[in-house]
Amino acid sequence: MNAPVAVGTTLPPLRLPPISRTTLALFAGASGDTNPIHVDLDVARSAGLDDVFAHGMLSMAYLGRLLTRWMPQGRLRSWRVRFTAITPVLASPCCEGVVTAVDDGVATVELSVRLEDGTTTLRGTALVKIT
Amino acid sequence: MAVDLAAALARPIAPVVALLERGRLRAFARAIGETDPVHTDVEAARAAGHPDLLVPPTFLFSVELEADPPLGWLTDLGVDLRGVLHGEQSFTYHRDVHAGEEVECRRRVAEAYAKSPTRDFLVKRTDFLRAGELVAEAEAVVIVTAL
Repeated sequence: MNAPVAVGTTLPPLRLPPISRTTLALFAGASGDTNPIHVDLDVARSAGLDDVFAHGMLSMAYLGRLLTRWMPQGRLRSWRVRFTAITPVLASPCCEGVVTAVDDGVATVELSVRLEDGTTTLRGTALVKIT
Repeated sequence: MAVDLAAALARPIAPVVALLERGRLRAFARAIGETDPVHTDVEAARAAGHPDLLVPPTFLFSVELEADPPLGWLTDLGVDLRGVLHGEQSFTYHRDVHAGEEVECRRRVAEAYAKSPTRDFLVKRTDFLRAGELVAEAEAVVIVTAL
């Protein structure tokens, strides 16, 4: 990284294209999360939903991309996220992160994923070694 | 209650042992739009100092899903997966993990509590071991709602 990491440093945001049904099918197979509620409209409707929705772990994987294109993956020590809202199919998430503390060479990064309508679907915190 | 909390705490979960396969890792990278070749190209991974393809940070969650059936720890408790939501997820890393390595997941339900008469929370903790060495840890909070 060129600029030193400090409180207030923002990570370059990661904007995703709309999450298609194909993406959900590919992620179901590749991730092993085969819960049909994410890919089978009949099952989603049987649970009272209008449509399928994205796997929470797909959004967390996008956040992982946000982090590892900012710092090498080996610098990521730990992270925790809370899934705060469902991501509907065809939504376009945007991943963001901001450094809120730097202590002993470790940055605390506050993470979020937001949809284009302003819904926050995921919030989290990562500890990333910066030196 | 949506799930038998005492049974969730008492019932052991079978460990999962899985070989991390290059093809699967490439499919995962494609599915999440990952373009860094350390996850898909062996030569690029080696040039970056890795012995083989680098496993992305959240793929460890998928290693656990190699269990058969993948969410058997829930369905064995009689949980209807249509009523399951993923509430929280954490990872702590001790070592990088790569394609070609075998990882064992040791799992347990560490906490189980009711949030309402129809909604329960299960906290599952997982240790990931490679040749007996702890390489990562994870915690999942799962919300189970009675349908």
